[in-house]
Amino acid sequence: MPTLSSASSKTSARRGRTAPELVFGDLWPFDPAPETADPKLKARYDLFIDGKFVAPKSGKYFDSINPANERKLARIALAGPSDVDAACRAARRAFEKVWGPMPGRERAKYLFRIARLLQDRAREFAVAETLDGGKPIKESRDFDVPMTAAHFFYHAGWADKLEYVAPGRQVAPLGVVAQVIPWNFPLLMLAWKIAPALAMGNCVVLKPAETTSITCLKLAEIFQDAGLPPGVVNFVTGAGETGAALMSHPIPAKIAFTGSTAVGKTILRALAGTDKRMTMELGGKAANIVFDDAPLDQAVEGIVNGIFFNQGHVCCAGSRLLVHEPVTEAVLARLKHRIRQLKVGDPLDKNTDIGAINSREQLKKIRTLVASGVREGATLYQPDGILPAKGFYFRPTLFSEVTMSHRIAREEIFGPVLSILTFRTVDEAIEKANNTAFGLSAGVWTDKGSRILKMSTELKAGVVWANTYNKFDPASPFGGYKESGFGREGGRQGLLDYVILKP
Amino acid sequence: MNAGQSASFRRLFDEIGPVDSVGIEERVAKYATRSIKKGAKLWGLYRAVSMLDLTTLEGKDTPGKIASLCQKALRPLDDPNVPSVAAVCVYPAMVRHAKKHVGGTAVKVASVAMAFPSGQTPLKTRLAEVKAAVAAGADEIDMVINRGAFLAGEFAEVRDEIAAVVEECGSAALKVILEVSELETYDNIRAASFLAMETIRAGDFIKTSTGKTSLNATLGNNQVMIEAIRDFYLDTGIAIGMKPAGGIRTAKQALQFLIAVKETLGDEWLTNKRYRFGASSLLNDLLRQIEKEKSGAYQAPYYFSDAAESY
Repeated sequence: MPTLSSASSKTSARRGRTAPELVFGDLWPFDPAPETADPKLKARYDLFIDGKFVAPKSGKYFDSINPANERKLARIALAGPSDVDAACRAARRAFEKVWGPMPGRERAKYLFRIARLLQDRAREFAVAETLDGGKPIKESRDFDVPMTAAHFFYHAGWADKLEYVAPGRQVAPLGVVAQVIPWNFPLLMLAWKIAPALAMGNCVVLKPAETTSITCLKLAEIFQDAGLPPGVVNFVTGAGETGAALMSHPIPAKIAFTGSTAVGKTILRALAGTDKRMTMELGGKAANIVFDDAPLDQAVEGIVNGIFFNQGHVCCAGSRLLVHEPVTEAVLARLKHRIRQLKVGDPLDKNTDIGAINSREQLKKIRTLVASGVREGATLYQPDGILPAKGFYFRPTLFSEVTMSHRIAREEIFGPVLSILTFRTVDEAIEKANNTAFGLSAGVWTDKGSRILKMSTELKAGVVWANTYNKFDPASPFGGYKESGFGREGGRQGLLDYVILKP
Repeated sequence: MNAGQSASFRRLFDEIGPVDSVGIEERVAKYATRSIKKGAKLWGLYRAVSMLDLTTLEGKDTPGKIASLCQKALRPLDDPNVPSVAAVCVYPAMVRHAKKHVGGTAVKVASVAMAFPSGQTPLKTRLAEVKAAVAAGADEIDMVINRGAFLAGEFAEVRDEIAAVVEECGSAALKVILEVSELETYDNIRAASFLAMETIRAGDFIKTSTGKTSLNATLGNNQVMIEAIRDFYLDTGIAIGMKPAGGIRTAKQALQFLIAVKETLGDEWLTNKRYRFGASSLLNDLLRQIEKEKSGAYQAPYYFSDAAESY
C-alpha cells in the first residue's frame, strides 16, 4: 500500500481536521504472569574437567548476576592457565582412548540422550537461561531451549553417516577443539559448537562467556546423567584471559570462536603461523530491505523480529532498515504502532517481549551509540512506558533519517536500536546493503519473486532471508562474509569444519 | 472479465497492497503466547460476553427456541456482574419473535439477510428480504456479499449490491459478511474488506463468515480484516467494526481475538459498538471460566443453562 498512509496525512491536513489516531491506552492492562518453574541453581559452580566438577587451582571465583535485577545468582570458578591445561589434556586422553575410536552409531546414542534429557528439563533450563542472560522467558522457552535440543538431535543423526559428509572422500575427526562462545545465546551457541564437533568424533574444551556460564554448567550435569565419557566435553569458565589461554594452548587442533569482530581479530593475530584450523562467527550490521510492493504489515513484523529479538543481542540482527522511498512514511508509521505493543520489563514474565540488556557494560555501549545517533542528527523515536528501577533495560528505539555515514549505520550496536535509511532503486539498495565491513545476513521484502532471486545473489551476506527474518534450522548452514567471519555452522557444510578430508 | 473490470481489479489490489500469509500466521501466533491472568482475564471474559451476538441459524429454529435464546441473552448467568450479550442473531422469519423478548432492552436483534448463506437468489428477492427483516424490527442486518461476483472480478456489482442494502437498512446497523473461506486468500479478504468499507457507514461492521462453511473465523482472517479496518480508519477517519463469526468456541480463543484487537486497533475497539463475536457455544465457556476465576474450581457444564455440549 504505497500511498494510503502518506496520502491520508496530506488530505487530513488539507481539510483542517486532526489526523485519526489509534488509542493504545490502559483499558486492558495485562496482569503479571511470571514463569514459576524452579531453575535449580547451585550457589557455586566449579569447572567441568574430565567428567567431574573441580575447583579452580587458584581457588578464585567470580559472581554471576541476574541482569534483570542486578542480584547475585551464583559464584563461578575462574579458570587459570593450569586449569585450561588440565582440560585440554583430559580432552586429548578422551579423544585418543574413548571418543575417537568409538563407532559413530555409539556416539550418536550419547547425543540423542543429551537432547532428550534437555527436553525433559526444558522449563528448568529456560528459566535458568532467562535469569542468567536477561532474555524474555518466552524466547528461552520457545526458541533457545528447543533449538538447542534440535541441534543435538540433528547432529546425532549425522554421527553414523560420516561417509556421506563429503561424498567420495573419507573423513576423520580433528582431535581436540577449543571453542569460545558469546553471551547472547549461551545454550544455543554451545549446541552449535559442541554437537557437530562430537558427532564427527572430536573432543571439546569450551569456554562460555563470563556473564552467562550457568546454563553451560547445568548442561554439564546432563552430560553426567547421559554417561558421556569423562573428558569428551570440558568447560572452563572465566573472562578474556581464560579464553586467551585456551586459544593459544598447543593441544587443540582447531579454534572455533563466536563473538565480536575485535576479539576475533586479536585471536587471528595471536594464532598466525600456527597450524590450527579456525572458524570465526563475528559481528554483523545486516540490511533489512523493504521494497514498495512488499506486504507492509508483515514486513514490519519481520523488522521487529529482526531487531528486537533477544534485545537486539543477535549477530545477524536486522539493524539497518533500508526502505524504498515511496513507502518510508507508511513503514515508519506502522513500526511506531507496532513497537508500542512491545512490553519491556521482567524477563520472567511470560508477556515480556523485550527483557534485560545482558550487562552494565553492554547497556553503556548501547547508550553511547544512541547518543552519537542523536548528536549526528538522526531522529529518535522511543515508545513511552516505565522501565524497572533495578536492572539493565533499554527501550526499543527507532532512528529515522539515518545516512550511511552515521556511526549508528556502520557500527554494530548489539541492542534494540534500529537505524532506518532509504533508497530509490534496486541497485542503490544493493550498494547500500553491501557498503559495510560486515556480511552475515540480510533480509528482502518484496512481492516479486524474481527480485528476491536477484537480491540473494548480489547481497554479500551469508544468509539472505526473503519475506521473513531470523529463521534458523540445524540443517541450514550459517556464517558470514568479510568481517563477519568465515566457516559455516549447521548443515553438512558445518560438519566439514570439524573433520579432516583424507586425500 | 472485460477491460474495465480487469483495470478496477488491478487498481484495488495495487492500492491496498499485498498480504503475506506466512507473516500473518507468524504475527497471530504471538497473540496465542500472551498469558492473561487474574483481573485481566476476568475483564476480558466479561467484555467478551458483552460483545457476543448469540446466534441460532438453523432450519429447525422455532419461536420457542428463540424465546429460550433471548432469555439467555438477557441474563446469561444468575449474577448481576455478568452483562447481557450484545445481540441475538437469527433468520429474518424469527426477528419478530426475538423482538418480543428483547425489544426495549440493551440486547439488539440482528438478522441475517441477502439469501444467507449462499447469496444465490435474484437481487430483488434478496433486497426484499432485507426490507422485511428491518420492517419486522431488526436492529442489525448481517448480509452476505456476492462472492460469485467478487471472484469474477465484478467489483462494481459487489459494491452496488452493498450500497443497495445500506439504503434498505435505514437506521439498522449493517454487518457485511465476506465469507472468507470462499474468498480463500488473504489478499482477497483484504480486498473485499476495503470494497465493503468504502460503501458502508461509520458504526457498520465487516464480518468474517456465515458459520456454514468448513473454515470460519481464525486469528489470521481476523488479523487481515482488523488491519484493513485500521488502515481505512487512519486514511478516512471512518471507524468500522469487526465481527469474527463461527469457530470461536472457547474462552481462550475469544481472549486471543481480543488481544489481537487490543494490539492492532487499540482501546477504542474493545467495545461491542465496534467488535462482536458471532457464536453460540462460546457463551457457556465464558461463563464457566468466569465462575472458575471467582470460585477457583470448574463447574460441570450442566450448572449452566442451555448447555449445548453433552453431559
